[in-house]
Amino acid sequence: MQMPATQTSSEIAYNGSMKILVIEDDREAADYLQKAFTEAGHTAHVAGDGETGFALADAGDYDVMVIDRMMPRRDGLSVIAGLRSRGNTTPVLILSALGEVDDRVTGLRAGGDDYLTKPYAFSELLARVEVLNRRASAKEAETVYRVGDLELDRLSHSVKRAAREITLQPREFRLLEYLMRHAGQVVTRTMLLENVWDYHFDPQTNVIDVHVSRLRGKIEKGFDKPILHTVRGAGYMLKGG
Amino acid sequence: MALSVPAIMKTTAARLSALYLLLFAICAVLLVFYMTSLSARMLTAQTQDTINDEVLGLARAYKRGGLPVLVRVVEARSRQPGANLYLIADANGQILTGNVQSLQPGVIETEGWTTEPFSYQRFGEGELDRLRSGVADPAAPQPGGTQTEGEQGHNAIALVLRLPNQMIMLVGRDLGEPERFRAVIKRSLMLALGMMGLGGLLIWFFVGHAALKRIDGVSEASRRIMGGDLSGRLPVTGAGDEFDRLSENLNTMLARIATLNEGLKQVSDNIAHDLKTPLTRLRNRAEATLSGKHKTSDYRQALEGTIAESDQLIKTFNAILMISRLEAGYSSEHTNRVDLGAAVSDVVELYEPVAEEAGVLLEADLDGAFLVDGNRELIGQALSNIVDNAIKYSVDSATTPAVRVTLDRTPGEIRLTVADNGQGIPDDADRARATERFVRLEKSRSQPGSGLGLSLAKAVMTFHNGRLDLLPGNPGLSVVMSFPTREDH
Repeated sequence: MQMPATQTSSEIAYNGSMKILVIEDDREAADYLQKAFTEAGHTAHVAGDGETGFALADAGDYDVMVIDRMMPRRDGLSVIAGLRSRGNTTPVLILSALGEVDDRVTGLRAGGDDYLTKPYAFSELLARVEVLNRRASAKEAETVYRVGDLELDRLSHSVKRAAREITLQPREFRLLEYLMRHAGQVVTRTMLLENVWDYHFDPQTNVIDVHVSRLRGKIEKGFDKPILHTVRGAGYMLKGG
Repeated sequence: MALSVPAIMKTTAARLSALYLLLFAICAVLLVFYMTSLSARMLTAQTQDTINDEVLGLARAYKRGGLPVLVRVVEARSRQPGANLYLIADANGQILTGNVQSLQPGVIETEGWTTEPFSYQRFGEGELDRLRSGVADPAAPQPGGTQTEGEQGHNAIALVLRLPNQMIMLVGRDLGEPERFRAVIKRSLMLALGMMGLGGLLIWFFVGHAALKRIDGVSEASRRIMGGDLSGRLPVTGAGDEFDRLSENLNTMLARIATLNEGLKQVSDNIAHDLKTPLTRLRNRAEATLSGKHKTSDYRQALEGTIAESDQLIKTFNAILMISRLEAGYSSEHTNRVDLGAAVSDVVELYEPVAEEAGVLLEADLDGAFLVDGNRELIGQALSNIVDNAIKYSVDSATTPAVRVTLDRTPGEIRLTVADNGQGIPDDADRARATERFVRLEKSRSQPGSGLGLSLAKAVMTFHNGRLDLLPGNPGLSVVMSFPTREDH
């Protein structure tokens, strides 16, 4: 289905570049990540093993770290645990070939903030890393989210656009809340399924698209400007103005 | 086949026979000893009674007329044939009268019953014996006094009395008869023992042989089967014995293995097909794009197609991995109390817009609490696969397409039913096959999907110790997930 305002992930102008540390033992994969992050407007440093990675992370001031789970010399989980015990709170995304429910739980328990199973799409990784960015994640405390003329009150559970009340189902509200919290960032379908529905599997049909298009109908119908954009090959982005 | 002794010794039957034979032999030997010693004691007592009677008679004669009458009676009785022995000797042990020619020295020196049988020679027999055996001195003392029959001596027991005038009187009885009797008992017992041993050996041989033959048949059949002929079965004679039962059980096991093996083969064929086909498409597309000149947008389109195709491949691959992990036994660390009602409404809520878009009425009928031990994520995934299918296949319903999700409780089970009113799967065999990996019934070939959705749901149910059943609806298909009830419920 053709969505309005399609963009590719590399065309998204990200409002702020990040300093990313990639700890990955596969040279080729690490180089690819470094190149792709640079193209997306970020700075990426690469460490080829756990020990080097730990030293770099401990010394440098990174916004996000991408850590491979299985590495020589020191595995990813031990690096994360070590950093956390030293008071390092930099958000960590774990990359792993192990993707079962309990692997994910183990990874997050070790101090990871997000978990992505190999093989992955770079657009998915980029979207997740941008959402993890600690400088951007200050919105948790706000009670009212505003994007353009769209306003969501988390306490009264009300949504208004251009002062017009919009009635949403509870799940639609949570979907919009998540999109608004990460306004200006790409949010992938899996991220929505994980954060709004708390499921970590791939549904056979793209159920998320239908939910989003339904939400879009409610927040865009009768208004002249589109606000919920589809980012081709990646996901969605809520952007005002 | 040739039967070697070491081979027969290795059979259980032979070992058991040998054990029984040994036990019987020990019992028989004990019996022989008991019987012989008992009969010996009884015979000795009987002999002593006879001697006592004899002594009483002689005592009466002595009382009647003193020594002369006693001597006369003794002489008279000595001439009578019989087993009784009489002897009167002077104080020095010189034989005066009686029917004993000589006897083992020392016998008459102690008064009372002789402690052990002694040897002696009767009058008129010494010459005969000497002629028969050629032994020079038959009266030669025998050590211990326990002569055996083979040495031609006679054994006897006796009562030695000292008469008032210091003369010695001996009254005894020959032991030949009781000893013969004892020998007969001993011989027959030995014979019986021998027969028993022989019988044991025969039984051992035949039982061992028969068992060995049956087991050899089983071994040979299993060797054939191990050689790759999975259609082979172990011989069943129809005797209904334990060998037949064993063979029948093993045959059932072999049938199960053959089924599993067949399934595995089918799965690898299907994997080959379902993974190779998109890989081939992928490769072809890249090759076609590389050859010849194209516009930049063509390259972009080709690459986008490649990514989409790889994503589908990854999905299929993940599903296969997950099914294998679930079937291999998932770690139960992440199971906890799951409210099936909540799990159902989550999935129904997730699929409701999709159903609406497809023109399908998706309803859930949930009353009461349905708690199971499980994993919400896995149940959600299985249920979403089933609901996804139900929506897809209810579209061709004769009436308004509808999918109903219901929860109900039967004894011991909580059943989650997803029923659609589409065309269903009328064929029983097809319905049974629908949960197998990669099986996509003809009708579904046109629909997108990996053919793993129901297999994954089935694996999830297996992981929850439950079942996944496909039942014919009226119309349509009912997919039933049966969970075992929580034990504390």
